[in-house]
Amino acid sequence: MSFEWPWQYNFPPFFTLQPNADTRQKQLAAWCSLVLSYCRHHKLYTVDVMEAQESPVFNNKKIERKLSVEAIQVVFEELRKKGNLEWLDKNKSRCLVMWRRPEEWGKLIYQWVSKNGMNNSVFTLYELSNGDDTDGEEFHGLEDWMLQRSLQALQTEGKAEIITMDDGKGVKFF
Amino acid sequence: MDRFSWSNGLLEINETLVIQQRGVRLYDGDDKVQFHHPLAQVFNTVIKTCAKIVIHLHPSPANKEPGPYQNSKFSHIKLSFKEHGQIEFYRRLTEEMTQKRWENTPVSQPISTGTGPQAGRIRAVGIVGIERKIEEKRKETDKNISEAFEDLSKLMVKAKEMVELSRSIANKIKDKQGDITEDEVRIPLTVRYSKTCIKLILLHSRHGHLALIEFPELIEFRFFFLTDLLPPSFSSFFSPHVSWLACRLRVFDSGVMVVQLQSHSEEEMIASALDNVTEKGSLTAEEFAKLLGLSVLLSKERLLLAEKMGHLCRDDSVEGLRFYPNCF
Repeated sequence: MSFEWPWQYNFPPFFTLQPNADTRQKQLAAWCSLVLSYCRHHKLYTVDVMEAQESPVFNNKKIERKLSVEAIQVVFEELRKKGNLEWLDKNKSRCLVMWRRPEEWGKLIYQWVSKNGMNNSVFTLYELSNGDDTDGEEFHGLEDWMLQRSLQALQTEGKAEIITMDDGKGVKFF
Repeated sequence: MDRFSWSNGLLEINETLVIQQRGVRLYDGDDKVQFHHPLAQVFNTVIKTCAKIVIHLHPSPANKEPGPYQNSKFSHIKLSFKEHGQIEFYRRLTEEMTQKRWENTPVSQPISTGTGPQAGRIRAVGIVGIERKIEEKRKETDKNISEAFEDLSKLMVKAKEMVELSRSIANKIKDKQGDITEDEVRIPLTVRYSKTCIKLILLHSRHGHLALIEFPELIEFRFFFLTDLLPPSFSSFFSPHVSWLACRLRVFDSGVMVVQLQSHSEEEMIASALDNVTEKGSLTAEEFAKLLGLSVLLSKERLLLAEKMGHLCRDDSVEGLRFYPNCF
């Protein structure tokens, strides 16, 4: 299934940061939504700002428009404010893009556990993200850091407990 | 001989700037001067510096302010042009030397700059520096204002022309009895507007031009001098049939100022910008200017205004600034 671009993607002003505050707000909202859905489609978790500039998301070759690095930073900062992005370094050159926030992932995992009646069972993290049982689930293949965050979120809610096992980490669901 | 003198870099009252040249090094005779100015300027009353052409000078007047070189064995100075421009510089210099324009001014001290040796290129900090800046600004303003009043006489001449123009238009319309052809579509507007005029406006552009009319809508200029206190004689130039435009001053966000007809509505202006852009898909200020028959500057202001109101948005690319309907 190929990625479906939003209409804005072919609208040249989309690639110029709008000076009008209201317009800019709508523009940024569209950008945030595009970045998240693009990352989700391609299962991207970490993004390098310099590389991002050359990626099709920010560089529409068809209409010959590309979003400047400064504007990309603005979009990313907006995503950060919304809780969908975290910078990996002080220079803000690399970031984690969370097209689902950890709580949302946690919820998905917990739903799967409940559905299959596996409450009170213990899983290794590897089983959850790469095991045969979860094949086909959305969280299958989830990167380790994100999986841990999701489980931490569940733990905070009292729905799981992360336990340390011999060969790594595991989790018990309640 | 004392060849050089300090200056604060501003023009004195009877000086005009003839030419500016970057990267010029000064020589006192054959000796390189310790510092070099980023700019060497030739004024029509003062020759501050000259070219790699050696210039022999008369002795300085006795009352000359002491300069940086109070003793020199040379009676000439030299300039070296590090960034070229010497040909033009030389041409303008000889031109000034031939014309001797300074002799037509009341200034009797061609070398005096009116400032003491403590002024000039020495950088001042703190309150002294601020005060000096304020003083310089004040001088500049004074100069501009006096220039503006000089142009009043030119305005009078222009005003006469305008009266003639309006008369001929009025007659033309009378002859045709309202039968106006396509290419004369602007004429009735002119007349209609002129009938609603109540206010006098004096315009002064920096270049001495009076950009008075850009019918049907706006009078446009960049720098201007506006006063309500016109001499009574001014209005006598106008026949009772030619009244003045009812105008208001509008300052766009960019600082561009226009005088607008009071009958002119901003909403219409924005709506027309939006309509035009929507119809064409997108427009640059240049294209919009062509459509409206307005200047590019003014067209751009309208597009920006429509953008500010959220009706348009921009595409700023290597191809230039282009406005689109705001689809966001």
